[in-house]
Amino acid sequence: MKEILKFRVNGEDYELYVEPNKTLVEVLREELELTGTKMGCGEGACGACTVLIDGRAVKSCLILALQARGKDVLTIEGLGKKGLHPLQQSFMDHFAIQCGYCTPGMIMAAKALLDENPRCTEEEIRESLVGNLCRCTGYVKIMEAISAARDGAKG
Amino acid sequence: MRPFIYFEPQSLEEACDLLARHGDEAKIIAGGQSLIHLLKQRLIAPAFLINIKSLPGLAYIRNGSGRVSIGALTIHHDIETSPLVKEEFPLVIDAERRLGHLQIRNWGTVGGNLCHADPAGDLAPALIALGAKVKVKSTRGGRELALEDFVVDLFATVLEQDEILTEIEVPVLSPETGTAYRKESVIAGGAAIASVATVIGMDSRRKTVRDARIVMGGVGATPLRAKAAERLLVGKKLDDRLLEEAGIAVAQEADPTTSVDGSAEYKREIVRVLAEEIIGRAVARAQGANDNVK
Repeated sequence: MKEILKFRVNGEDYELYVEPNKTLVEVLREELELTGTKMGCGEGACGACTVLIDGRAVKSCLILALQARGKDVLTIEGLGKKGLHPLQQSFMDHFAIQCGYCTPGMIMAAKALLDENPRCTEEEIRESLVGNLCRCTGYVKIMEAISAARDGAKG
Repeated sequence: MRPFIYFEPQSLEEACDLLARHGDEAKIIAGGQSLIHLLKQRLIAPAFLINIKSLPGLAYIRNGSGRVSIGALTIHHDIETSPLVKEEFPLVIDAERRLGHLQIRNWGTVGGNLCHADPAGDLAPALIALGAKVKVKSTRGGRELALEDFVVDLFATVLEQDEILTEIEVPVLSPETGTAYRKESVIAGGAAIASVATVIGMDSRRKTVRDARIVMGGVGATPLRAKAAERLLVGKKLDDRLLEEAGIAVAQEADPTTSVDGSAEYKREIVRVLAEEIIGRAVARAQGANDNVK
């Protein structure tokens, strides 16, 4: 039996009816057609499903959609609204994208970190990305892109 | 996930009521960072799911008289970043920082983690070493018990069908106490192959061990206290030989199983190495060492 879900996604309010056994990633992708958030492992290990809820990075494949009631969700689509976000630009500039599948998750995790801790150290960046896996790049460029975005914001 | 009927109670009383009514057909979900796995794999298929994640009044970290109380719905990240926890129980911060990864810690709760009772769980060994107590509630009333007695088997606690964990209480440590924790895992954020947490209180002159609690994680059906090793240390002055003996004694009390992460012998050896290291570190900290080891 469907339950009502009222929440905000990327600044817009939505009212949906969803099955209780749907996870947030399924509702974002299938009901709202926000397919920027990826379903990778489906078990919370890869981080491709990372979104922000009330500013905190969480894995949307491990959250029931109904648990987002009344919450403020930010997906990768919410970043590029007025031109590219500095993180998105930096990922491009530093060639931190190969297949691109991990990228939305990486960027959302990085955004949450930079918002909370704009002076984060390299160690802190690495620790905040423990939950985001990349099979293509070897992470070096991703680290460079995030560090550069951090420094760009400072400067 | 199989379908279920969903409830979102607005109060603890309502949640307890729902549990009392639906008992063995219902499951509580808080952060769900462990439970959703079980649901997706269909290891469990409750007819009713009771979401308590947003219940008011159960997420807090409070200083009391001689103890710190943590609400069961407190998320890991709030514990990890709490100045009070950092001041009183750096051991808990160390354990939290190795728990999964940030996204898990931003949504999962301490209560949910303890009730899930994963034998490789990161928090329970540290909290048991600290002598933590848990408070549990149902429509029949409330009860309190040591965390050590709360977890009884693989993924099993003494919670009755109609009970909800509400609070964890941790007694404040005396100044002559040192603590240390180390976890070994295959990759960062991975489950523990083995972990050891210790809380060691010294005598007033900080020369001999007054009391010791040493708890292993990931090498048994539940967190295991190395009581023989603890007895070995009490009343003694710690030297290299005693430290080596203590490490061996702790390892002897482990009960590891061979798994994809390693053989039982390997895990036992890891315990020995970790135990020797952290017992030494805890005593040094009790004696005033201000290391920056995490």
